[in-house]
Amino acid sequence: MRYNSNGIVPYTQDYCPEKYRYTISQMTGETGMEQDANAQPPVTALLVLGCPQVPVQTSIALYLVSRFAKAGMTPVIAGNKAANTLLLVADPDRHYLGEIMDLDRAVAQITEKKRDFDRCLVFIHNDAGISYAATMGAISKAKLYVLVYGEHQDELVQQITFPCVKIAAKAVHNPMPLKKAIDEVAPWAV
Amino acid sequence: MGCVEDLNYEILIRDASFKECREYIRGHFPESIDVEPGFKIFDVHVIGVPPIAVGLDGDNVIFPYTKPCHGTYLLRVNDAAEAARLRAQKKTR
Repeated sequence: MRYNSNGIVPYTQDYCPEKYRYTISQMTGETGMEQDANAQPPVTALLVLGCPQVPVQTSIALYLVSRFAKAGMTPVIAGNKAANTLLLVADPDRHYLGEIMDLDRAVAQITEKKRDFDRCLVFIHNDAGISYAATMGAISKAKLYVLVYGEHQDELVQQITFPCVKIAAKAVHNPMPLKKAIDEVAPWAV
Repeated sequence: MGCVEDLNYEILIRDASFKECREYIRGHFPESIDVEPGFKIFDVHVIGVPPIAVGLDGDNVIFPYTKPCHGTYLLRVNDAAEAARLRAQKKTR
């Protein structure tokens, strides 16, 4: 892994090296040469990050990546540069993080039918978050979950009228209320 | 994937809600077209809650542009070809 002078793994729009992608063998522990022709591809979950100004987002994103990976699914993160860099710095040896991609690139790939996901979880703490969630609901076939948090979560929840599973908690600095709400829904459950 | 910075744009509204941008377009411009999220304008995929209103005023195209940390901007770009393309879309609907 290459570090720059600040000791940070450089982040680029195309930063998703093959070696960081989960494979079926990594998740199942199988190392033999045998290939199961009927094996299903792993379930994929896209985590759409919002603006990282509310502290709980980074913590909950890492938690979700861990839960999805433990459930045998492939979590992929999509965020802007600041949100992605917060995660990359917090997990420099990539113990938790798998693929991370630029948010605009994710929207483009899904819209252009080059890629899609089985589940999509969108972090919402402002109006822009609602716009991104509605967009994901319109362009992707994924089952949509919205994670609504922050000071104004009540007002934001009322504005969400498109089909989705709503997970909401008044969480700003303390991630536990949102974690608890997520655990009750368990979006990683099969 | 396009970049909005490549466009010669004018910001009409900044840090707005998506609803405010939709109402502004419908109330201030002679023509508008409703598009779905992901619709491409100037090689940029539009983000928003459907229906997304896009304004047309002569050769000007007025459309919302959303960023996670800065809310929604309403941008005006003068481009006759793109305005004509959007008017053609309107006619085919």
